Amino acid sequence: MEQLYQQVILDHSRQRSGEGELQAPDGESFQVNPTCGDECTVQVTLAEGAIDSLAWTGKGCSISQASLSLMYEMVHGQPVAEAEQLGETFRELIHNRGQELDEEKMDLLDDLGAFTGVGRYSARVKCALLGWMALRGALAQAQPTQA
Amino acid sequence: MTDLLNLAGDFPLLDRTVRGGKPLVYLDTGATSQKPAAVLEAERAFNSRHNAAVHRGAHQIAEEATEAYEGARAGVAQFVGADFGEIIWTKNATEGLNLVAYSFLNATLGRGGAEAERFRLNAGDEIVVTELEHHANLVPWQELAAKTGAVLRWIPVTPDGRLDLEQLDVISERTRVVAFTHASNVTGAITDTAPIVARAQEVGAYTVLDACQSAAHLPVNFAELGVDFAAFSGHKMLAPTGVGVLYGRRELLEAMPPVLTGGSMVEIVTMESTTFMPPPQRFEAGTQMVAQTVGMHAAVDYLTGIGMDKLAAHEDQLAGELLAGIAEVPGVRVLGPSSTQDRLAVVAFDVPGVHPHDVGQVLDDQGIAVRVGHHCAQPVHRAFGVHASTRASAGVYTSSSDIQAFIAGLHQVVKFFG
Ligand SMILES: Cc1ncc(COP(=O)(O)O)c(C=O)c1O
Repeated sequence: MEQLYQQVILDHSRQRSGEGELQAPDGESFQVNPTCGDECTVQVTLAEGAIDSLAWTGKGCSISQASLSLMYEMVHGQPVAEAEQLGETFRELIHNRGQELDEEKMDLLDDLGAFTGVGRYSARVKCALLGWMALRGALAQAQPTQA
Repeated sequence: MTDLLNLAGDFPLLDRTVRGGKPLVYLDTGATSQKPAAVLEAERAFNSRHNAAVHRGAHQIAEEATEAYEGARAGVAQFVGADFGEIIWTKNATEGLNLVAYSFLNATLGRGGAEAERFRLNAGDEIVVTELEHHANLVPWQELAAKTGAVLRWIPVTPDGRLDLEQLDVISERTRVVAFTHASNVTGAITDTAPIVARAQEVGAYTVLDACQSAAHLPVNFAELGVDFAAFSGHKMLAPTGVGVLYGRRELLEAMPPVLTGGSMVEIVTMESTTFMPPPQRFEAGTQMVAQTVGMHAAVDYLTGIGMDKLAAHEDQLAGELLAGIAEVPGVRVLGPSSTQDRLAVVAFDVPGVHPHDVGQVLDDQGIAVRVGHHCAQPVHRAFGVHASTRASAGVYTSSSDIQAFIAGLHQVVKFFG
């Protein structure tokens, strides 16, 4: 159990970063997990190719909430391209059946590496990725307005 | 105290271990039941000895297959207090409930001739459902209402998870259909059907009973209940997946237009038009799930051998043990009646501050299988002010030690996330 629920995950599911709503988001995406009805909304504003602000709201399990909280900490203020790359790497990790990725990727993932064990439980994959799906949607919506 | 049944040994799957050698504690029977060896063997024997196309061909094996298929129908009919011709095989309860809704839609479109006019829905007619329904007995009626212009209304749920029988005046002269559950797969509440059926009959509305949870756990007699239609699934009552039943009063089935059309359900087919067979064949288009019906026959025989009264008493005691055990876990709230009165051993609950997924995960780590999520019943969860819940549900093979393991596991959950 402790392998799945790493301390980082438990901490972030209790003390969540980035929860809230933006006044005028450039992009926003709502995602639901149809098996449990968990949901989240991620909003972003962009400035000069970077995520200027990010906020999220949602209901869900500790895995999904911690994933959103850590996502907030790691991508707000970052260039969009880097955030997208981090998202891709995280997806790769979660789909890796509980195995770590190569060292370079694990370095990139940093604290997100705590989610490695989630990949062993196929029913929880969607929990870990829900927020990141919303981020991808929000960024896609925000970018045309930047062009 | 009743003597508990001791039948786990009849169920091969319950022998296995999970998550690195932990004995399985299976408390997800509300979702799907495990199958006794007798059912597995009946299916195997059919496939290895008697498999052929039913109602076709004059060879011996085809006759044997037909007898097995129709014999299963007779067995299931007797099990639920129906006549042979009132049992339609479906894939599951969901299909059975949809079958009624789609047949009414076809009648509304003018199919089925003058006889089927009685099922026509007009704009302004009303369909009454309940807040307690599984999506399978809600969404098909929403769809039928949207297609016909009928208005959907519902009986609300009480704070302890029962249908609010004080609110039966939502059933009015405009009501054409009343669709309601016999027992909730979330709150475990068993419906007092009599006042609902009486009220529906008073206004001339058809009654449609979701008997998925009841047929599997209680003695059920549809003729005595006086409902017009009822649906249930084999897989929840020790039978294989892929087979379910729609019960309909014969007089109604005879007047209803078919839904799926094609082979096996027709009399005369010309290039222009077709006449249809009488029920039940009218509603069984195409090659059917014959081996599964044979498995279902074995399942109802197995249940009859135990006695549904004994099974209900067994589960009543387990429900009491579940409720008493959960009541001792700090903070946990049961979504449903807190006593075993008119209640199944299906107990959904909320652990404040701990998401059901996380509850289920910690239990799973100890080999305890429960259901987490909204259990295909979002509205009743909303009524309780939660999004999702964890549910433990017992069956014929469940023992007191299963319940004890679960309660110990639940204490672990609270400790782990506390
Ligand atoms: C009360 C109730 N109704 C309907 C259903 C639907 O059954 P099935 O999925 O077998 O069609 C279920 C099972 O989940 C149920 O518990």
